[in-house]
Amino acid sequence: MSLSDWAENYPALLSGLWVSIRVTALALGIGMPLGLLLALSANSPKKVLRYVTIGVVEIGRGTPALVVLQIVYFGLPTVDVTFSSFFSAAIALALTTAAYTSEILRGGLQAVPSGEVEAASALGMVNRDTLRFIVIPQGVRVAIPPLMGFAVLIFQASSLAYTIALPELMSQAYSTGSSTFRYMSILGLAGLMYAAITIPASWLTGRAERRMARHL
Amino acid sequence: MGYLQAIITGIPMTLLVTVAGFTLGAIGGIPLALARRSRFAVLRIVARTVIEFLRGIPPIVWIFLIYFGIGTGAITISPLGAAIAAFGVISCAYMAEIYRGGLSAIPAGQWEASAALGMGHRDQLSKVVGPQVLRVSIPASATYAIGLLKDSSIAYTVGVQEILFNADMQAKQASDAIVPFLYAALVYVIITIPCAWAARSLDSGLRRKVAR
Repeated sequence: MSLSDWAENYPALLSGLWVSIRVTALALGIGMPLGLLLALSANSPKKVLRYVTIGVVEIGRGTPALVVLQIVYFGLPTVDVTFSSFFSAAIALALTTAAYTSEILRGGLQAVPSGEVEAASALGMVNRDTLRFIVIPQGVRVAIPPLMGFAVLIFQASSLAYTIALPELMSQAYSTGSSTFRYMSILGLAGLMYAAITIPASWLTGRAERRMARHL
Repeated sequence: MGYLQAIITGIPMTLLVTVAGFTLGAIGGIPLALARRSRFAVLRIVARTVIEFLRGIPPIVWIFLIYFGIGTGAITISPLGAAIAAFGVISCAYMAEIYRGGLSAIPAGQWEASAALGMGHRDQLSKVVGPQVLRVSIPASATYAIGLLKDSSIAYTVGVQEILFNADMQAKQASDAIVPFLYAALVYVIITIPCAWAARSLDSGLRRKVAR
């Protein structure tokens, strides 16, 4: 049953996979820098900024990605902000990415020993330079393995964009399935395609973790 | 305010999917974790492959596989049953990895001491190491459960009448596509944030009760 279904339908699924990958890349590309900004302001000496940021991050992490997606795609047009389903998915996932990665990056930044910051200021570096040349490069390095793990989760979360009719892997599989009624084999193939990306990616994450552990 | 009332009626369903899925995972994760570090290589490889696939394929694919894939065959499955089954099997894999992390956190001295007392492997696991593993696993499990609560919103795609489903109904009925979803977000945040705080304080409390 399966193999002929697979041979017939894999081009549609592959094109869906490519959309999934592009959405994920864009979401990470927007979300991670935003996450770094949030991480920096969550560590800011200014109390108000710190509390506002922590509040924003908690709300961002407390809201399911699927709900964020519905708000961006269905909700924003009611206030005259309309994005295509591709950009809606990318923006929604980017917001979730920003909230989660800010916590990961904050952990990384805090792992930089305070002696380094003190040494930098003893050398007469201004705060901005200390952040840019001392804290951020080391903090982000520490955060790389968990960021990779999170990227895999966001790639999986891109399947939620099926609910806004973005032709990514999940919606391609579902629409093929509902026209042929061969749900099992088509969804199975889609699952294998997801796994073909996520499983090697999580191996790489594991390797990065072990390498990083050696340097600490 | 009518929105909020309607959305709140979805909370029990969200909690049901979360708690049932988590319970299945917390139980099913135990044999999977043990198989993952079994003496038999075949068992280890099978367990590892199962875990990798359960975690590597998005939850929505599992729900659809169970609901449409299995459900359109000989047996029919309700949306709720499909969602619970899907989150249950996924949770087995995640919980197995959490238990495995817990197992490796137990000092070798605990195994050695219990062996010195003449305990067999089964007793060592069930009386000495196992209880400590469960204890060190609680914080990670709590974090996972909170994530699961948010993921349970995916069950709306097959028509389980949980929080997001009700928000979507309100949005369609009132043709107001933003306020109901914002309320849904609020409800999720109100449920998850106290849970996250509780998990954090549990974490610091329980760490003290484990041998090191």
